[in-house]
Amino acid sequence: MNEVCFKNIDKENPSSLATYEATGGYSVWRKILHGELSPEAILGELKTSGLRGRGGAGFPTGLKWSFMPRNQDGQKYVVCNSDEGEPGTCKDRDILRFNPHSVIEGMAIAGYVMGATVGYNYIRGEFMEPYYRFEEALKEAYDAGLLGGDIGDSEVNFDLHTHLGAGAYICGEETALLESLEGKKGQPRFKPPFPANVGLYGMPTTINNTESFASVPDILARGGQWFADLGVPNSGGCKLFSVTGHVTKPANFEIPMGTPFSELLKMAGGLREGRTLKAVIPGGSSTPVLPADDAMKMTMDYDSIEQVGSMLGAGSVIVMDDTTCMVAALTRLAHFYYDESCGQCTPCREGTGWMYRVLKRIMDGQGKIQDLDLLMSVQDKIMGNTICALGDAAAMPVESFIRHFRHEFEYYIKHGKSMVENDG
Amino acid sequence: MISEQAKQQIDTWVAKYPAGYQSSAVMEALKIVQAENDGSLTSELIQAVADYLEMPVISAHEVATFYENYNHKPVGKHVIRFCHNISCMLNGADDLISYLETKTGVKTGEVSEDGLVSVKKVECLGACVGAPMFQIGDQYYENLTPQKIDEILDGLQ
Ligand SMILES: Cc1cc2nc3c(=O)[nH]c(=O)nc-3n(C[C@H](O)[C@H](O)[C@H](O)COP(=O)(O)O)c2cc1C
Ligand code: SF4
Ligand code: FES
Repeated sequence: MNEVCFKNIDKENPSSLATYEATGGYSVWRKILHGELSPEAILGELKTSGLRGRGGAGFPTGLKWSFMPRNQDGQKYVVCNSDEGEPGTCKDRDILRFNPHSVIEGMAIAGYVMGATVGYNYIRGEFMEPYYRFEEALKEAYDAGLLGGDIGDSEVNFDLHTHLGAGAYICGEETALLESLEGKKGQPRFKPPFPANVGLYGMPTTINNTESFASVPDILARGGQWFADLGVPNSGGCKLFSVTGHVTKPANFEIPMGTPFSELLKMAGGLREGRTLKAVIPGGSSTPVLPADDAMKMTMDYDSIEQVGSMLGAGSVIVMDDTTCMVAALTRLAHFYYDESCGQCTPCREGTGWMYRVLKRIMDGQGKIQDLDLLMSVQDKIMGNTICALGDAAAMPVESFIRHFRHEFEYYIKHGKSMVENDG
Repeated sequence: MISEQAKQQIDTWVAKYPAGYQSSAVMEALKIVQAENDGSLTSELIQAVADYLEMPVISAHEVATFYENYNHKPVGKHVIRFCHNISCMLNGADDLISYLETKTGVKTGEVSEDGLVSVKKVECLGACVGAPMFQIGDQYYENLTPQKIDEILDGLQ
């Protein structure tokens, strides 16, 4: 456990440069500065490592980096997505607080590989403590001569800045994030063109999640194969999982991919006394909910979670015991997506509002049994019909909650109250 | 309209972006002038920021209304931003929000009579392992209980 992003978490001053360097930090970056590591070699190791994007979509990081037109003239950018806002997710906050240098080194390496000399770390506006920690680390790195122009006569340039958000979940979507970084409303762009061709200020840009960048230095220091072997086929390495909800010791755990969910649940202290497991959302609020039986069958890797009908997402495991009212839980999520839709596409803007109002009506005791089919048809009309994935993210909880827990919704509609007596 | 000190702060943000892209600093600039104005924005302030950053005022207005961190009505000296999203909800956030409302006599969305606090329900603040939680200013308060809330409220001046 805790082998990569969290390896210094129990040390004194985990975020300091000294602690980071004591465990091999910046050794890869120094090799690069000494001209001992080529971009091709780095891309090769990353591909071997099996690292997939930790922001939710799971796109292979090595492949993504290889899409950048590295030798094209003109400015290129590296952007880190620290806008962490997916309900249930709180891992990037801890990386920024306890291992900020790994993000800096990962971004610098990315810049070198892709020919980008400027990077921005977009940190959500509420993360002020992480922001101050990251800024301190940046200053340490500059003072130590690890960043800037022509670093140590290496002819390598990399400048890194932080940018703060201002409260909008949608800015976690990579093209909305770019708009926001340009000082605009966070409305996702149409793709194509992809950011690798037209990104920040119209220039080629690569965006990765905080945890993705933070994993890169150790992968290169210890080898892609080492990282791949920590995990299972198709899910290389270890990954942070935020376990929250109805467990006695909610926390972030960095564990090998492929760890059984039952073990992760134990690490988080298990359920409260006398309670039984009802449901698990395995990857953050945007991933389909699983009934207990299916959840207990899964191991924490992309393929296994997909086989039981959900997604690994950002690794945000939301545990719900038998006291949970599934109608109330879904209503809260529906409200969230309704609130956070940027309003650009009709199916998302209207659909999220509609789903929330219907669920609210059920919660208020005014529901009709046809409402369940209505909800299913609205979510179906959103699925796949929007500019960005927030639409799907809003649709999937509705579909999966109703499919797996239809009896609870029917009970609520019939009786005007929850089937679960002891809610909360 | 914008103080010299605020201008200096804004300039440190402008310096991060390429020449000609100073409007990238608009989000922070709005926060800086909002902080100087006791926590809320006015049309005049938004106009002043737009002028200072040489950007269309409509774009600054769009930003000021799109993002949640800006207030367009007066707020309390301390804004208690209570997360009510899923992980916090599962850990009793709703009851604690009611507790806070009763204790302070301030409903969510309102300001206390003495102007000291306002309460706002917000979405996931990315601290779900510490649920239930809220934010006041730069600070997160996690694993809240009624007793803990009492202590925090007592400490507010
Ligand atoms: C609505 C929405 C919200 C998102 N929020 C985040 C986020 O908070 N952090 C993140 O890294 N990725 C988020 N993503 C995914 C990004 O668009 C993007 O895929 C990711 O940052 C790429 O980095 P990765 O390949 O390293 O995962 C979000 C996507 C959507 C559609
Ligand atoms: S799907 Fe929703 S959030 Fe995404 S661009 Fe369309 S309206 Fe905006
Ligand atoms: S759900 Fe409350 S902090 Fe994430």
